[in-house]
Amino acid sequence: MTRLAVREAADARQEEVQRRGRGLGWMSLGLGVAQLTVPDTVRRISGVDDSRASRAVVPLVGARELVHAAGLLTSRRKSAWTWTRVVGDAMDLTSLGMAIAHRRGRRRRRLLGVTGAVLGITVLDVLTAVQATRAREIGAAPAVGGARKGGPMELTATTTVRKPAREVYAFWRDLGNLPTFMAHLREVRATGDRTSHWSASAPFGTNVEWDAEIIDEATGEKITWRSTGNADVPNAGTVRFVPAPDGVSTEVHVVLTYDIPGGAVGKAVARYFGEEPHQQLDDDLRRLKQVLETGEVVRSEGAPWGKRARKEFPQRPAQPLSDAELAKGADA
Amino acid sequence: MRANTWAGRNKVKVRDVPDPKILNKRDAIVKITSTAICGSDLHLVDGYVPTMQDGDVMGHEFMGEVVEVGSGVPADKLRVGDRVVVPFPIACGACGACAAELYSCCENSNPNAGIAEKMFGHPVAGIFGYSHLTGGFAGGQAQYARVPFADVGPLKIESDLTDEQVLFLSDILPTGFMGADLCDIQPTDVVAVWGAGPVGQFAMDSARMLGAAKVIAIDKEPYRLQMAERAGHTPINFEEVDVRSRLLELTGGRGPDKCIDAVGMEASHGAAHIHAYDRVKQAVRSETERPHALRQAILSCRSGGIVSVIGVYGGFLDKFPAGAWMNRALTLRTGQCHVQRYMKPLLQRIERGEIDPTRVITHTLPLDEAERGFDIFKNKQDHCEKVVLKP
Ligand SMILES: NC(=O)c1ccc[n+]([C@@H]2O[C@H](COP(=O)([O-])OP(=O)(O)OC[C@H]3O[C@@H](n4cnc5c(N)ncnc54)[C@H](O)[C@@H]3O)[C@@H](O)[C@H]2O)c1
Ligand SMILES: [Zn+2]
Ligand SMILES: [Zn+2]
Repeated sequence: MTRLAVREAADARQEEVQRRGRGLGWMSLGLGVAQLTVPDTVRRISGVDDSRASRAVVPLVGARELVHAAGLLTSRRKSAWTWTRVVGDAMDLTSLGMAIAHRRGRRRRRLLGVTGAVLGITVLDVLTAVQATRAREIGAAPAVGGARKGGPMELTATTTVRKPAREVYAFWRDLGNLPTFMAHLREVRATGDRTSHWSASAPFGTNVEWDAEIIDEATGEKITWRSTGNADVPNAGTVRFVPAPDGVSTEVHVVLTYDIPGGAVGKAVARYFGEEPHQQLDDDLRRLKQVLETGEVVRSEGAPWGKRARKEFPQRPAQPLSDAELAKGADA
Repeated sequence: MRANTWAGRNKVKVRDVPDPKILNKRDAIVKITSTAICGSDLHLVDGYVPTMQDGDVMGHEFMGEVVEVGSGVPADKLRVGDRVVVPFPIACGACGACAAELYSCCENSNPNAGIAEKMFGHPVAGIFGYSHLTGGFAGGQAQYARVPFADVGPLKIESDLTDEQVLFLSDILPTGFMGADLCDIQPTDVVAVWGAGPVGQFAMDSARMLGAAKVIAIDKEPYRLQMAERAGHTPINFEEVDVRSRLLELTGGRGPDKCIDAVGMEASHGAAHIHAYDRVKQAVRSETERPHALRQAILSCRSGGIVSVIGVYGGFLDKFPAGAWMNRALTLRTGQCHVQRYMKPLLQRIERGEIDPTRVITHTLPLDEAERGFDIFKNKQDHCEKVVLKP
């Protein structure tokens, strides 16, 4: 299969898992609400209305079902949540088994019926959980998978800046400005009209440097560049500046491609981009907007390090920094 | 300095923390002379808003004197020595949202915009002392605060009005006013306000100021309803009477033309079983809110009316009466207050004596007694309506 076909198949499987997971979620919600709001009816139908313990247990099971429902309905990580349902099923089957052993007649028949139903549901839960776990393994973001094994990775992002296109273009075209908002860049130095030397900071791998050239540009509209020579991580980018419909602002559309090598450098790059490589570029553009519209990257006490903050969480408390902390900087 | 901090669910603690420092060029440092406790703070303390951290300095309603300005604050905008009221949403003044006067949706002031975006679809502005979802900014229940974009937000007070007269321009007065403003009030309108807390009281006063024919106050605390009644509004105690029937009675069967939810996500419910159902769901984190007031407002509003929501919601809610909303052509309007939009005109109204913000203050305590302040405000002890803290 081509990369694309693999991706599509994984997407389809993922969609099926999401759908089935949601179905189970709704079932949990229904059950949970019934067990909480009409516990006595539930106890009667199940044949355990003679037990005092069941009066406490049924609402508890209901609360548990609501937790499952919440997880299944709101999280995309269906695999973990379907497994919690399987654990719940096992608990239910155990209590049902104990209950059956102590009952005869009508109640026993009811209990057996309920147990059959729970067994059926358990089979469905196990199937979904297994499938969800598999889909998760196969469907891991191809960008990251690609990065781990090496290969091309394409990132796109866009933002709107309330400044005219020629101004936004001019800021970007002065390549030395890029490190003010792109987290991984330490320095970009122009070496000629269209050529430049770039260096990336530590998290990107150790001392990655490369030369680049602008291969296509239209003043106020577009810049395209690519790395030249023997770059550790061959890369290329295009940024387009498009006037927004409001007549004042500019839409900035960026596409970056990295040809990620195998080996140590590739691993470092993959680690850098982490689970959500797109988030990095989104954050870069958010900072570009801040710099252009407000003059600099905005800082708070919880997130005081501007572009040097690698992750939004964990943060320091929203409390003023001590002099020592301030002097120590981002690595504190 | 001393500051009131979040110390886990249901706990605040006044402790010593470092003095704030300039982090951005357009920052100013304000020495706080008065600050207040807000209903929104209760949502944080009660654990309804995610991303609070132990040690977060709380508070978003404060005023004081500028003691330091960053190099990027033009002298004609703000200087050391100026007396200012600080609006609770942090806004850059330059982005698309700010240009549209949607300050609480500022696109640049939240360093944690990525998280907010995941939660809300698009990011929201930074807010002082109001979780890391809204930026992780240290708040104003403290002796000093750092104020970002100091050339945009703070309102200079040049007359000799007291702190008590102008402090609430930071939040609850503009918020109550916005609640009424969103209602597009006509002289024939009956306006019903859920919640007779400080925000609700100002929503009622504003509705009358904007010309409503009748204003109704709904709450369960007799002393808060009496406060509303003394200000000329018609009280309904939802624990004593059926709200819907009483509203029909008061409006000749039409229902209020405009409804304002000034309660938010921690509403209580008259009927115990429904309340229990919502509590269980909240406890197991499968629903973050208890939207009783909002549900009731939507069901009560006359067809074609406006429901204005200034009570705060944080996540998802269920049993939203979409059918009533859709089939009866209701308009739903809402938002964190765009305080900067309303501060100046409201200051003028205070100066002209059209509105008296001091009427809600029941308690003034030293900052060091913030814990007690939270306690009596939250538990409606000692007829508490609004607590002002003095650092
Ligand atoms: N939109 C904004 O910008 C903004 C700004 C400030 C405050 N707020 C929000 O406004 C709301 C009110 O703030 P406050 O400071 O007045 O808080 P508060 O807690 O003092 O007042 C809430 C009042 O609502 C009453 N109430 C509870 N359940 C009710 C129900 N079902 N029907 C009618 N009344 C009910 C309570 O008894 C209480 O008096 C809070 O949600 C707060 O977060 C919003
Ligand atoms: Zn407030
Ligand atoms: Zn802005």
